[in-house]
Amino acid sequence: MTMDLLAFFQSLEATFIGTKVRESLWMFPVIECVHLLALGLMGGAVLAVDLRLLGWGLREQPAAKLEAALHPWLTGGVAMMAVTGVPMFLSEAVKCYYSPPFWYKMGLLAVATIFAFTVRRRVARKSIELAVTGGGRLTALASLALWFGVAFSGRWIAFY
Amino acid sequence: MNLLEFFTWLESTGGSASIRESILLYPIIETTHVLTLALFFGFIGLMDLRLTGIALRDVPVTQITRRIQPLGVIGFVLMAITGVLLFYSGPLRAYTNIFFRVKMLLIVLAGVNAMVFHRTVFRKVETWDSALHPPRGARLAGLFSLLFWSGVIICGRMQAYKWFE
Repeated sequence: MTMDLLAFFQSLEATFIGTKVRESLWMFPVIECVHLLALGLMGGAVLAVDLRLLGWGLREQPAAKLEAALHPWLTGGVAMMAVTGVPMFLSEAVKCYYSPPFWYKMGLLAVATIFAFTVRRRVARKSIELAVTGGGRLTALASLALWFGVAFSGRWIAFY
Repeated sequence: MNLLEFFTWLESTGGSASIRESILLYPIIETTHVLTLALFFGFIGLMDLRLTGIALRDVPVTQITRRIQPLGVIGFVLMAITGVLLFYSGPLRAYTNIFFRVKMLLIVLAGVNAMVFHRTVFRKVETWDSALHPPRGARLAGLFSLLFWSGVIICGRMQAYKWFE
């Protein structure tokens, strides 16, 4: 089973996109830059709502309104991250296979994304009052911890 | 003492070597630098998007500057501290790097842009606080800020590559 997965990753690395990105001098750096710009975009959309649920930031606005206004930016940011992340992964799939941070990142990313589009969205949309609730606070802390984990382990793919 | 001599001396100090040679210190400082990007560019970008009239249009501008700007400033301070430490760990590598130089120039330009905005259009913010489309000067300031800081991020990332050396 383990061998099968490795073979699968080897074939991913051999795909057209994987090969193109790996053999190009400039493609990986350029994709990386866009990945980072998307991180900033996503960061704003995530943090503004999570901090609001904690009672910081735009306190004059209910979290529900902020979530609605920033949701397209979050979706766009996540999409941009994925579109740039996949080719980078393909270009070094085998390295990723052996990288523990890569697997942590993928696991956390799955949980963070599902959480963002289910629990967090529902909790934020219900927060139409200005007051901070315990549930809102807990949701925000979970969201921040998850995304922090994704970003942190993502950076550490380069080190391990 | 010229700049190159100063950088050479800086690189020879014990602190520089201890960051450079540490297995954990360098990655931790660098990771903090990269992750704080989400805080800094996230919030400054949000302000810029409001100024350009693209996002959060029904939130008054002064609410954003009062609530979001301080968080962006915290991000900036963290970026600056970790950035200076990263520079300190290898001043000579930065000295010869074209992306580093362009990055420094862009930071100055972003600073000038922010200062001009605060001293001109923002002085009369009460007249356009709730405007869906802020005046031209504010929209331009937001656009330039987005462009300059995006350039800073791109140059920062590209610094890892030793092109044109």
